[in-house]
Amino acid sequence: MEKGIDRSNKFGNTLKVGWFLAKRQIKGSNKATTLLIIFIMMLTFLNLVVVSGILVGLIEGGNIANREQYTGDVIIKTLPGEKDIGKTYEITNTLEKMSGVEYFSVRYFEGGQIEANYKTRRDFDTLQDLVSTQITGINIKNEEELSNISDYIVEGEFLKEGESGYIIMGSSLLRRYSADFGDYFASLEGVYPGEEVKVTVGDNTRTFIVKGILDSKVGEVSLRAFITEEDFWRLSDRPGLNGNEISISIIPGATLTSTELKSNLIKAGFENQGKIQTALEAIPDFLNQIKIAFSLLGNVIGLIGIAVASITIFIVIFINAVTRRKYIGIMKGIGISERAIEISYIFQSIFYATLGGLLGLLLVYGGLVPLFLAHPLDFPFSDGILVAPVPDTTFKFFLLLLVTLIAGYIPARRIVKKNTLDSILGR
Amino acid sequence: MIKVKNLHKKYATKHLETLVLKGIDLEVKEGEFLGIMGRSGAGKSTLMYQMSLLDHPSGGEILIDGANTENMSPKERTQMRLGTLGYVFQDYALIPELTASENVMIPLLMRGNTLKEAKDIADGVLGKIGLSHRIENKPSQLSGGEQQRVAVARAMAHDPKILFADEPTANLDTVSGESVIELFEELHKKGQTIVMVTHEDEYAKYCDRIVYLEDGKIVKESRKK
Repeated sequence: MEKGIDRSNKFGNTLKVGWFLAKRQIKGSNKATTLLIIFIMMLTFLNLVVVSGILVGLIEGGNIANREQYTGDVIIKTLPGEKDIGKTYEITNTLEKMSGVEYFSVRYFEGGQIEANYKTRRDFDTLQDLVSTQITGINIKNEEELSNISDYIVEGEFLKEGESGYIIMGSSLLRRYSADFGDYFASLEGVYPGEEVKVTVGDNTRTFIVKGILDSKVGEVSLRAFITEEDFWRLSDRPGLNGNEISISIIPGATLTSTELKSNLIKAGFENQGKIQTALEAIPDFLNQIKIAFSLLGNVIGLIGIAVASITIFIVIFINAVTRRKYIGIMKGIGISERAIEISYIFQSIFYATLGGLLGLLLVYGGLVPLFLAHPLDFPFSDGILVAPVPDTTFKFFLLLLVTLIAGYIPARRIVKKNTLDSILGR
Repeated sequence: MIKVKNLHKKYATKHLETLVLKGIDLEVKEGEFLGIMGRSGAGKSTLMYQMSLLDHPSGGEILIDGANTENMSPKERTQMRLGTLGYVFQDYALIPELTASENVMIPLLMRGNTLKEAKDIADGVLGKIGLSHRIENKPSQLSGGEQQRVAVARAMAHDPKILFADEPTANLDTVSGESVIELFEELHKKGQTIVMVTHEDEYAKYCDRIVYLEDGKIVKESRKK
């Protein structure tokens, strides 16, 4: 007989034997059972990633829409107590020269009233069909470049450059769109493209033809009425050409960040002219609080899933080890270390978790994330997407591995540490 | 090679204490083929389990190759089982999901052989005992005799100093039993130390020496003429 080489004190041998045994046990196990365990692990991983991802995505979807349709990457708003943003012309001049800035749009607004259906009002005893809103003047080209505002037209058409006498109504100003909100805010009956409405700003009243209806889940868009910049100046009596909002977008992939852009504007001395905020800062704090709460809730639900998965793995490995107790005893009897046998079960647990997790990853990034982006969940205040940041998902993947590793080790250890002879003899 | 001094073993439950070995003194010399015989319950398997470090005696000493096994840690006992001892169990004790070759490979891998080395050694050993056509078969595809021969191959592949066999022919028909014993005889001729428990007189003739146990004590000893 040939003699083997004695290098038995090396941990590498333990790993090698553990892997050797695990591989053959997995190969020899029932295929349907293996698939079922992997499926459970995949569902656990999805539960961990998708539940919190959707809950956070409800808010994040709103945040993204807010940035894309309203704030841009940085927004300058009128300071409290001021009527407009000071030195608007100088700010826009600076933005034009600033590298990394893609587009910007200056918006002008005044509080006003829109009256509809006044032609069909029978007498002065019936209430006027009135709604108060911000009448917003925009530069069509600039606003379109910044927010692609025309994409959100659901009836009629968007404004064209150079035309006058037309108005775009935000959907929340109309009862047929805002009925879900009850009497939360006033809204107009009817009002379809081609109809005439009366717009009053201060002492000036003019009639406009409704050109289109704009539907957005961003309140600052759907609760406003838009007219051209030129019409705004005709309607408003305000002196000067300062704006009320300037939304700015950064070239995608540029090294300039929104924080740096904000800081550049402050350095340029515009801090006292308007309230400069990044898109994130412009989000109301309660939304961020909801996001944190949802994330926590999602993680709690996910952790329950992890507990279920670890119990599943525990039971699977425990049953496997108990039914193989005799063979575990024999292996110990012929000199296979306890550690090698335990490692074989740890490898099996890792195999189930890794495969389940990888399938989950494939489903999340290959299916669910693109699916939710293409077909967001329709919620009243946002288009819910699936938020699954790679570092976060990677952490959850390794968390699943760690938990299943422990869940596999404990039952294996319990069986392996039993007396060798008792195991062999089945006592 | 093995020295057993005043060996005691008792099994205790809450209400009952059973003394199975009652002061055994025994020596096994290098290259010797020792048979342990006796009736059922005489303590022969228990004696072998203590000598082969599968169990802990309640008293006395066992020295293997000069080393006192009493003071060994569980890890050292495992190392000694892997490096110095080989086992053949009554019911073959092969791992069902492993092929014949893989069953022989496991202790070799644990000793540090690479996969290729282990495979070459395992296949070589199986070839020498006439099982080269069975190396890729799993235990369920082998006859009882073949399974026991694989078990012998696993016990011998790492060239142990002492081979322990616990009634290796008990579950086999006459022809298969003969073939396993002849394998032991062949190994013995090459200088292998063997300790075998058996209750079958026809196989005792192969042993150099036989000790007879009765009620936990050695009552008789006979040598091959």
